[in-house]
Amino acid sequence: MINEIISMNGYGIYVWSSFIFTFLSFGFLYIIIKTQLIREQLKFNEKFRTLNAEKKNTVRSQETYKGILEISSVSKI
Amino acid sequence: MLKNFEPNKIFAITSKAPKYVLGLFFIIVSIGLIEALVLSPEDYIQSHSVRIMYVHVPSAWISLGIFSAIATLSFLILLFKNKSSILIAKSLAPSGLVFSIIALVTGSIWGKPTWGTWWAWDARITSMLILCLFYFVYIIAWRIYQDTEKVNKVTSFIALVGAVNLPIIKYSVDWWSTLHQPASVSVFEKTSIHHTMLIPLALMTAAFALFSLLIFLMKYNTELIKIKNKGLDRL
Repeated sequence: MINEIISMNGYGIYVWSSFIFTFLSFGFLYIIIKTQLIREQLKFNEKFRTLNAEKKNTVRSQETYKGILEISSVSKI
Repeated sequence: MLKNFEPNKIFAITSKAPKYVLGLFFIIVSIGLIEALVLSPEDYIQSHSVRIMYVHVPSAWISLGIFSAIATLSFLILLFKNKSSILIAKSLAPSGLVFSIIALVTGSIWGKPTWGTWWAWDARITSMLILCLFYFVYIIAWRIYQDTEKVNKVTSFIALVGAVNLPIIKYSVDWWSTLHQPASVSVFEKTSIHHTMLIPLALMTAAFALFSLLIFLMKYNTELIKIKNKGLDRL
């Protein structure tokens, strides 16, 4: 059964290489985009830390900024 | 209506959605893979090589769909200068590029046992390669130009020119004599694929669509945070 699934009447090399290529591409794309996202979140956090108390409060009062701060504090490398 | 898609309004959704989309993707792709690699029957002519269809066809469909969406959004950008359309179009491109590469590579692998060659310069394959090149040029243009006004115009122009290629891809198998087989699945006509093959094809298409949604959401969030980072500098 297992051998049959792997060899697929001699077509296994073509079928498996297609599937492996597809999912490796998915993994590669996911890692690239995730890395970009984390990098921007870290940049945002660094900039936020350098702000004075008044500016920090202004940032916290805005919905999108608040959202970014929330997801930035959750996701870690 | 476009105001409902303002980045600030939808960030609450786009920032939380990726984890749910990723979970759903894993569930559907697991079922799809079992169907595609184990349960679905082999073809009476192509034997097991037909299973390549389950990654090749959804990738081609999604890359075409994404470019159509980018072209439509680009038209709106030129017409209304809508900021959210710009952000959405830019965020769609990376997954579109990867799906077009997957369609080309898996098509080439499928070509070897079926046609006896890895590559042929026939209408469908060549027009698909042109689509992939348009994706490349579109993404590179975003990196080259710094001026916002200029980059919006250039990328929109690239997308609209590239959209001319979309009907060529779709009808190339009808207009010219090609190695590539005509469409087996149609929205308007009777589908010529047996349901035992149509189910895994539908599942894999759903899984791939979810993956492209996941990448889109992550890229969209990245671009939005980039904009907000610049906003912090101006505070």
